[in-house]
Amino acid sequence: MNASEHGFNPAFNMATIKQVVNEAIERVRMPTPMRLRDLIRQIRAARTAAEERSVVNKECAYIRSTFREEDSVWRCRNIAKLLYIHMLGYPAHFGQLECLKLIASSRFTDKRIGYLGAMLLLDERQDVHLLITNSLKNDLNSTTQFVVGLALCTLGAIASPEMARDLAGEVERLMKSPNGYIRKKAALCAFRIIKRVPELMEIFLPATRSLLSEKNHGVLITGVTLITEMCENSPDTLNHFKKIVPNLVRILKNLILAGYSPEHDVSGVSDPFLQVKILKLLRVLGINDVDASEAMNDILAQVATNTETSKNVGNTILYETVLSIMDIKSEGGLRVLAVNILGRFLLNNDKNIRYVALNTLLRTVHVDTSAVQRHRSTILECLKDPDVSIRRRAMELSFALVNTQNIRTMMKELLTFLEKSDPEFKAHCSSSIVLSAERYAPNKRWHLDTLLKVLVAAGNYVRDDVISSTIQLISESTNQQAYVTLQLYRALSEDYLNRQPLTQVAVWAIGEYGDLLLQAAIEDEQNVTPPTEDEVIDLYQKLLWSPQNTATSKQYTLMSLTKLSTRFSNTNKIQQIISSFCSSLHVELQQRGVEFSQLFGKYSNLRPALLERMPPMEVVRQPDSQINGDVNDVETKSAEESPQHLMNNESNALLDLLGGDNGLDIDIIASSTQPSQPVANTNNQDLLDLLGLDPLPTTPSIEPSNNMGLIIENNNSNLLPIMNNQNSNFLTGILSEREVPSITAYNKEGLKIVFSLDRIPDSNQLTINVAAINQTLSHMTDFLFQAAVPRTFQIQMLSPSGTSMAPNGQVTQVLRVINPSKNVLRMRIKISYVIDGNPVEDQAEVNNFPTDIWD
Amino acid sequence: MQFMLLFSRQGKLRLQKWYVAHPDKLKKKITRELITTILARKPKMCSFLEWRDLKIVYKRYASLYFCCAIEQEDNELLTLEVIHRYVELLDKYFGSVCELDIIFNFEKAYFILDELLLGGEIQETSKKNVLKAIAAQDLLQEVSHGNIEI
Repeated sequence: MNASEHGFNPAFNMATIKQVVNEAIERVRMPTPMRLRDLIRQIRAARTAAEERSVVNKECAYIRSTFREEDSVWRCRNIAKLLYIHMLGYPAHFGQLECLKLIASSRFTDKRIGYLGAMLLLDERQDVHLLITNSLKNDLNSTTQFVVGLALCTLGAIASPEMARDLAGEVERLMKSPNGYIRKKAALCAFRIIKRVPELMEIFLPATRSLLSEKNHGVLITGVTLITEMCENSPDTLNHFKKIVPNLVRILKNLILAGYSPEHDVSGVSDPFLQVKILKLLRVLGINDVDASEAMNDILAQVATNTETSKNVGNTILYETVLSIMDIKSEGGLRVLAVNILGRFLLNNDKNIRYVALNTLLRTVHVDTSAVQRHRSTILECLKDPDVSIRRRAMELSFALVNTQNIRTMMKELLTFLEKSDPEFKAHCSSSIVLSAERYAPNKRWHLDTLLKVLVAAGNYVRDDVISSTIQLISESTNQQAYVTLQLYRALSEDYLNRQPLTQVAVWAIGEYGDLLLQAAIEDEQNVTPPTEDEVIDLYQKLLWSPQNTATSKQYTLMSLTKLSTRFSNTNKIQQIISSFCSSLHVELQQRGVEFSQLFGKYSNLRPALLERMPPMEVVRQPDSQINGDVNDVETKSAEESPQHLMNNESNALLDLLGGDNGLDIDIIASSTQPSQPVANTNNQDLLDLLGLDPLPTTPSIEPSNNMGLIIENNNSNLLPIMNNQNSNFLTGILSEREVPSITAYNKEGLKIVFSLDRIPDSNQLTINVAAINQTLSHMTDFLFQAAVPRTFQIQMLSPSGTSMAPNGQVTQVLRVINPSKNVLRMRIKISYVIDGNPVEDQAEVNNFPTDIWD
Repeated sequence: MQFMLLFSRQGKLRLQKWYVAHPDKLKKKITRELITTILARKPKMCSFLEWRDLKIVYKRYASLYFCCAIEQEDNELLTLEVIHRYVELLDKYFGSVCELDIIFNFEKAYFILDELLLGGEIQETSKKNVLKAIAAQDLLQEVSHGNIEI
């Protein structure tokens, strides 16, 4: 139509004539370049990649050489060839500027190819794309609708933020064009512009609404798309468009009630594209809005019941309808209808339909679980589908359906699935099983069995959180320990190579409950006999020697073996194995070998107490919480308090933990668990002071005290990194240059005050964390701590954490001491408090600060 | 829609339309990986794929695969209809289209797509209107360039 219009334009005729003449001259002047189809043939005829490359390179060189030509009639042919070459994966960006020249040309073919090239070759990250803006602006003002169309299409494809800002005004103008062809393209351009630069939305608002009063489906659908984007963009706009709900309902009604219209019919459904877009916009408008939802209930019901479902088109619309019904505030009956549609979808032969059903059920399961539960068996069937997309959806949906009633059957299916599933599913699936089991386990025995099955079925794909939560559960379940240890032992002896997480959990349990293991029995299975000591040790040897086992597993194993030395009668073999690690090439293992060996020599009297069974771990269920072996209690307590108090708490809680137990040995161990490194003589004295012990009996051990501190301290902190799988912690824990020594400043009548010293490196400032601990059985109130230092020092006291202490409670306070002259620090402290109604006041001199803290 | 790719059973790219700005390198990487993933799927599997964080909808027509990456909230089934509509248009335009038509007239395939979708969204739901616009532009091309073949 346009071409013929131009036929009456004399100017156009003149231009055409001129052009034809020029082209004729040019054709004579220079040789014709190869046609596009000939190039494609040549490339396709190439038998090897090298041959193809040589054809392409030759042509590229030729194309480059033509770039110098002025207004060439062959330019569009060369660029078209370049675009083909680009699709094959060869670089073609040297053609970018040529595309710009084509766009600026007046010939329609040039523009068409030029814009195509611009869309394929221009990259919004390169400034060169901005050169096109001016040509776009010109063409957006063209009188030929197809030139405007090309420009709009290109703008919609590139739509970089800069371009969007420059051309938004033009697009807005074209949205009001009387020409539907231009209006629909302009609407989608506006959509793209808003997507890239949301603040430009305002410009388009006035021209948008009228797009809906259009008969032309192209304009309607682009208008609906634009409004949807605007509504999702800002709540204000969403409110602004609430009033169009009746219009949308009417359009939709007309679509489904209107008779057959060949132009928009797709297998008996009238314009499914438009229907889906309107349904989506209705959903956006109806979410959390009772009135709007009310206004669309009827039409949604109509669409849901009247749509022909034998073909994909019908199901497309039903699918969108279900999504809308579920998201808006729809009537109960409508929701039932929607879930029933999804139920039918689940039984559909078409895999695509089944997939969207699973997907949608997953979205609606939190709204109406019982409705989805009805389809449980079908969903579980989908776990066995050969298609990975469907299996993934079914797995997620299955986990969403697990509850107390169905946990046993669901887990049985899911464990089977876990066993057979692809590696990509195993980590996710095993963690989900563990979480579900934790929430819904009918009893401990079942829970432990399930975790064991996960460890076996998921092998190395088990995440670390599963290891820690399993260990914690075993530790808690005091009357199941013998049973579960035996089960773990059996699983481990069947396969000790490919399941590191299983290995770690199993050796942890065997280490802790080795004595129980030897007498364990399983009620239901009579012929299961517990292993002998030698069998267990043989297995450990295999674990430790096997190159497939990771260093972390071996660390667990060594620790466990050391523990077994106090649970088994035959320690010689154990000692032998451990000492063989003194020369291990792996530094972590070697260190453990050396340290643990010490426990069989000079310090073997410490061994039984050190390797005591851990107390049941407290239930602090955080998926990624640490489980810290011996000091678990300490960790859980101190986690609630500020980090600066952590040091004090630890020693403290350890004292609580172990204090009452075995007397002397443990007390010393406990106090030296503080990572106070250089246990100088004075310090040691303090430790003894602190415990109120007569220094005499321990005098012999003062000399190697340094050593002892090291062993014990390492031993305790070892447990942390092993459990955490963070070997780096381990190293820094031992080799840390910043030691935090601590001293007891005061210990009288059940009040103990401990100073933890932390010097800020390369400064003369010392931070003292003061912890006052009430060791009496009564409350202490009105507690006040004061400190004074000689004039050469400066002291700053921060406010205390409180003024009263329950029995075993404590108050902490931070002091900062600045020591410019690096003198030996002395301090006088004054304490006052009220206990059982009696005020107590006391003073003391603290002069046992380590002399080397200022070094 | 984020992008549309057409590729052959042999894994050769026949058309690529990107509605998101990615560097060339990334586009190539995505294309390569997607082609491998899709070609590895069995014919009876469903048309949807969760790949990275993208939702992929693909369908095979004769020797060509049509593959679209859509947004999370887009209707997968409708995307299949869009693909089908595009195939119908190609078929009408070329007269029972085959892979060779698209190889030798790839620019036409792009032109048709650009009349169906703009910025990744449907702009025209009437087949007739799309074909009319293409025919008119082809005519315009003839008028401006004579009967010289590209």
